[in-house]
Amino acid sequence: MTAFKAYRALQALAMPALLVVALALTKVAHPDFGAFDLQSLALGALPLALAAAAQTVVVISGGIDLSVGSQIAVANVLSASLMQHASFTQSLLLSLLVLAAGAAQGLVNGLVVAVSRIPDVVATLTAGFIWGGVALLILERPGGGAPPAYLNLASGQDFGPWLPNALLVMIVAIAAIWLPIRFTRIGLLIYAAGSDPVAAFRSGVNVRDARTLAYVFSGLACAVGGMALTMTTGIGAPLAGSYYTLSSVAAIVIGGVSLLGGRGGMVGPVIAALLLTLAPMDLIFLGIDPNYGQVIQGSLIVLVVMIAGLFAYFQDRK
Amino acid sequence: MKAAFEFLRTHTFYALILLLALFVVFVEIIRPGTVTPLWASNALMFAAPLAIMGGGQTLVMLTGGIDLSVSAVATGSAYLLATNASRGDGYALAIALSLGVVVGIINGIGVALLRVQPLVMTLGTGLMTGGIMIVYSQQMMASQPHVPEFIQTLGAGKVATFVPVDLFLWVVIGGLILFGLHRTGFGRLVYAVGDNREACHLSGVRVWRVLFVDYLLCAILASITGLVLVGGTNAADLSLAESYLLPSVACVVIGGTSIFGGRGGYGGTIIGALILTVLTGLLTLLDVSEPAKQILFGAIILTLAAAYARLTE
Repeated sequence: MTAFKAYRALQALAMPALLVVALALTKVAHPDFGAFDLQSLALGALPLALAAAAQTVVVISGGIDLSVGSQIAVANVLSASLMQHASFTQSLLLSLLVLAAGAAQGLVNGLVVAVSRIPDVVATLTAGFIWGGVALLILERPGGGAPPAYLNLASGQDFGPWLPNALLVMIVAIAAIWLPIRFTRIGLLIYAAGSDPVAAFRSGVNVRDARTLAYVFSGLACAVGGMALTMTTGIGAPLAGSYYTLSSVAAIVIGGVSLLGGRGGMVGPVIAALLLTLAPMDLIFLGIDPNYGQVIQGSLIVLVVMIAGLFAYFQDRK
Repeated sequence: MKAAFEFLRTHTFYALILLLALFVVFVEIIRPGTVTPLWASNALMFAAPLAIMGGGQTLVMLTGGIDLSVSAVATGSAYLLATNASRGDGYALAIALSLGVVVGIINGIGVALLRVQPLVMTLGTGLMTGGIMIVYSQQMMASQPHVPEFIQTLGAGKVATFVPVDLFLWVVIGGLILFGLHRTGFGRLVYAVGDNREACHLSGVRVWRVLFVDYLLCAILASITGLVLVGGTNAADLSLAESYLLPSVACVVIGGTSIFGGRGGYGGTIIGALILTVLTGLLTLLDVSEPAKQILFGAIILTLAAAYARLTE
């Protein structure tokens, strides 16, 4: 048992350690790495971290959400078009509206999966196509905006150059989504539904409701991600979201969330989001074409899952 | 009425054909005089690449998998063909198809040997392929890509004014898939592995060989799809087949192949591809904006897939 605990502790430390190593290597490769770079890292990673959070909750519940990017796009264009001429206070109130819209999107996704009995992959792939259409309907081409004070919420540096607002927003938003799941019955139900739906059902868990709820959480996280995208880029872009669907899956795979459901936490995927944002920056520091970023991301997914598969293979042979 | 419903429930293939006919009638109602031999020939021409890609998707879905790298492979193959065309048709064709072979082998190793979940594996290889093509395209800026003559004929040509050239390719590939699935040992093993992998393993089936060949074939078919598509558009860009990922999955699901494996077949996929092609044409006839079309298309796919799930329960 103690060995198991030690293993878990090691696993929990592995991702933060990896981030520290990656940052240290970045500092070596680029001695000028300073507050400015930290700011751009935080800005770039903020929407991705929320996309990863959205994906994490759904995958733990035993599903997968391939509409994450489109949902982020909807929240992005919705906030940018609503807040264009609003004051700061109005923008804050409108944020609640965007959150509600995100929750509604997640609810629709969850109900489609629960009621139609179409497998998650197909249902959310199609739903993502629909949400992409909705985003284009709200804002046909990149545009819109938000008051400077609102943008400053994530893009500012109110607490000194070494503590960008984006990093704080990331921590607060992720905590707001994750703590209710980690420390209440809701989370227990979601983990149970993903870990073994049949056993959960026999123990009186309403698996359908638990999984629908996971999609609602995902919708909320996507809404925050979309607004974060507005704050960091200053505009709404209907096609900006597609990157986040694939990257969110990359983040959870690297972050150690099992796609079989019921296993994994939030720290891994969020740190993975930071690493995935740091990788293209490092490429620029090293003078390599940053377009290799996507190649690296894909290769990382493939390598991580293949190595995991290799381990499982040798364990089976024992 | 009840007997008719029961018949359709047990013979879903006829239900699909009925649905296809219904969509064709819709088209004719919305704009009378549209449905002509030329319209039908165009529909077949546009359905062919989707159905070829759907063929590969059917093969992997029958084993309980999915291939999300098909659109990246198709786009990549088309781009490689166009950028290497100046070095000779044969060379360009070989380079283009080799992309499918390489990605297929990587997918096969991951899914078949290392038992990685197909979804993640193919998502990863799809990202890799897309990324490599972006880097490659930056280096190819200077050269002028062009699509070889014979590929243009394949993607957009017609014989005797009404028979699209890609139909011949489709018939050959479709025939091979149908024959392979229903008349060979490999086909039986594909169904068996999808039904119960463990039982297959215990009966001495080399499951990994079946899966490996399956994913290799799927990637090669995606590669061929890319060539047909680029022949049709005569312009290679890096978003060529992006919009084919969802339809390639949807035509298989609507065609009645279970994503959990073991049930379905290519016959349904053929009708599924035709339904989606006619549906796309139908939406073009409606006077609605592009985003609204996208929403309608998605909503109809969801409805059809859900109806199918209910019907066959």
